Amino acid sequence: MSTQTTTVARAVAHTTQRVALRCAGLVKRFADVTAVNGLDMEVFAGECFGLLGPNGAGKTTTVEILEGLTASDEGTVEILGQRWKKGDDRALRERIGVQLQETQLAEKVTVVETLRLFRSFYQRGHNVDEVIRTVALEEKRNARVGKLSGGQKQRLAVACALVSDPELLFLDEPTTGLDPQARLSLWDIVEKFRAGGGTILLTTHYMEEAARLCDRVAIMDHGKVIALGTPAELIESLGADQIIEFSATHALEDDPLKRLPAVSHLHKRDDVYSLTVSEIGVALPALLAEIKRQQSELVTLTTHQATLEDVFVSLTGRMLRDG
Amino acid sequence: MAEAKETHPLVELTLMRVREFLREKEAVFWVFIFPVLMTFALGIAFRNTGPDKTLVAIESGDARASDTANVLSRSPEVAATVLSPDEAALALRSGKVSIVVKPVDDSFEYRFDPTRPESRAARLLVDDILQRGKGRSDVVNVEEAKITEPGARYVDFLVPGLIGMNLMGSGLWGLGFTVVIARSRKLLKRFAATPMRRSHYLLSFMLSRLVFLVLEVAAVIVFAWLAFGFTVRGSWLSVVLIIVLGGFTFSGIGLLVAARPTTIEGVSGLMNFIMLPMWLLSGTFFSSERFPQILQPFIQALPLTALNNVLRALMNEGATLSSNWSPIAILLAWCVVSFLVALKIFKWQ
Repeated sequence: MSTQTTTVARAVAHTTQRVALRCAGLVKRFADVTAVNGLDMEVFAGECFGLLGPNGAGKTTTVEILEGLTASDEGTVEILGQRWKKGDDRALRERIGVQLQETQLAEKVTVVETLRLFRSFYQRGHNVDEVIRTVALEEKRNARVGKLSGGQKQRLAVACALVSDPELLFLDEPTTGLDPQARLSLWDIVEKFRAGGGTILLTTHYMEEAARLCDRVAIMDHGKVIALGTPAELIESLGADQIIEFSATHALEDDPLKRLPAVSHLHKRDDVYSLTVSEIGVALPALLAEIKRQQSELVTLTTHQATLEDVFVSLTGRMLRDG
Repeated sequence: MAEAKETHPLVELTLMRVREFLREKEAVFWVFIFPVLMTFALGIAFRNTGPDKTLVAIESGDARASDTANVLSRSPEVAATVLSPDEAALALRSGKVSIVVKPVDDSFEYRFDPTRPESRAARLLVDDILQRGKGRSDVVNVEEAKITEPGARYVDFLVPGLIGMNLMGSGLWGLGFTVVIARSRKLLKRFAATPMRRSHYLLSFMLSRLVFLVLEVAAVIVFAWLAFGFTVRGSWLSVVLIIVLGGFTFSGIGLLVAARPTTIEGVSGLMNFIMLPMWLLSGTFFSSERFPQILQPFIQALPLTALNNVLRALMNEGATLSSNWSPIAILLAWCVVSFLVALKIFKWQ
């Protein structure tokens, strides 16, 4: 109950808050595909905003347009009150921190050397050793980048973005390919930055990540935002709090399943049926009776709390991981 | 929390270049060790051990064959062997002998290839010995003074050429690869997302080249001095200036080559395409004057030809900079134009 009130409080607060980043009508076409197709978005100062979507949804292209690395074909971008190429871009770059999805830092140089290099590009920023402590790489301070694990490399990449003490931090799929432990330690860093008053724009295709880190989430598919809100609001919009997934020995008729009490949505994927239900205590006995009536038998059955993944499935009919 | 900036980005970028290079063992080998080995191998192969003997075959099948061989072998400049007609023909064709002598009645038949200089020389020498053997005497007495001095040996010709070739190789490979790898790994894009000045990035390559230049050139010169008594006849200051100019020129060309390719394969092809004509034509191992006249304007306009020519003039002939203004102007033009064009068309992602 209390978490819900804070969410509401936050949402209300946003309406009066300063906008850190705003874009409208963004379009970016490549030779054979429209990567971003009319995207509007606002990120408020001090929040962690998530762009959630499968691979190929246009997240990276969007972020690179916002970072001033790629020019959009249409639309406007305003970062910390300034537009790219309309003023002093270098002054704006002083105020943002960027981690790119594909960057591989030079392997032959050490952690501290890499950070000193990035630090030297900025007029002001953190002490290099302070940043090393923030990302918990003290023991690897003098290790070469090539010798770091995937998680350590990613923490170094984030450290390079933090070394300028930025107001706005862009993280593009910061935990993709990391093991759970490495992911947790990266989340800690993001949360610390957010607690210190920083603004974050984060892309991810992990719904747990968006749910844990983000104040608000925009779900993206085919270059557009298809849903926007706090994680709780988005899940609530399903009109359900539980998902029942099951498979049966014989194929079942769809219509009777959809008409079962407390069921709001049916989704079928291969042999697995997935029911979105508001009251599991009502829906489950009715489902078992219906399977029996259709002279089939249960093979598997699981239930879970509705998640952002289920929101995406109900909006697109696909899983986030499918791409 | 926040503090003022510590070091200048140009210093950090240059340090990064130097570190990356020194930590790459293969690169260190190719830039420092390989040219020294090359100087050593070629210096030994072409060292001056007194004039070589002229190799002559005498066709067997006649009683006079061994007499002829004896007459020729009495000369210190000739090594004569008696071979069967087939063997003699093969030896001539494969260059093992320069001329074949066939005794015919009371005279001789010479078989040789007049397009080969050593065959023409052998003909004159062999004819002279055989004619004397038959009783010809000299009409006038001449005196000979034999001169072999440092500065005119092959190794003296070779060292400036190797330095030039080395400057080209390390400039193009060193720069081209580093930039394209950084681009393919999206590191350039990451730099573009910082307030780093782009000219600083490109200049850092020039500065780091300056550091290695001194070392790689010194390695070759010191080695050639110790092993072969190589000396620089012109002013050291001029030599240093030209080497720095040459290093910058090939760094500029390296940047230009690396301005756009996104893959190592792409940049390798481009670099070979640019370097191959210069390896062949620019007179590293033999004088570029030997190529046909019609190619000369093109050859002389190549930066490596210009660099080799100035270095040879300074090191071997003791010439001054002002007497070499035209190759220096060619180098300067390549340096400035390639750097400016590279800056203009450079792709950061």
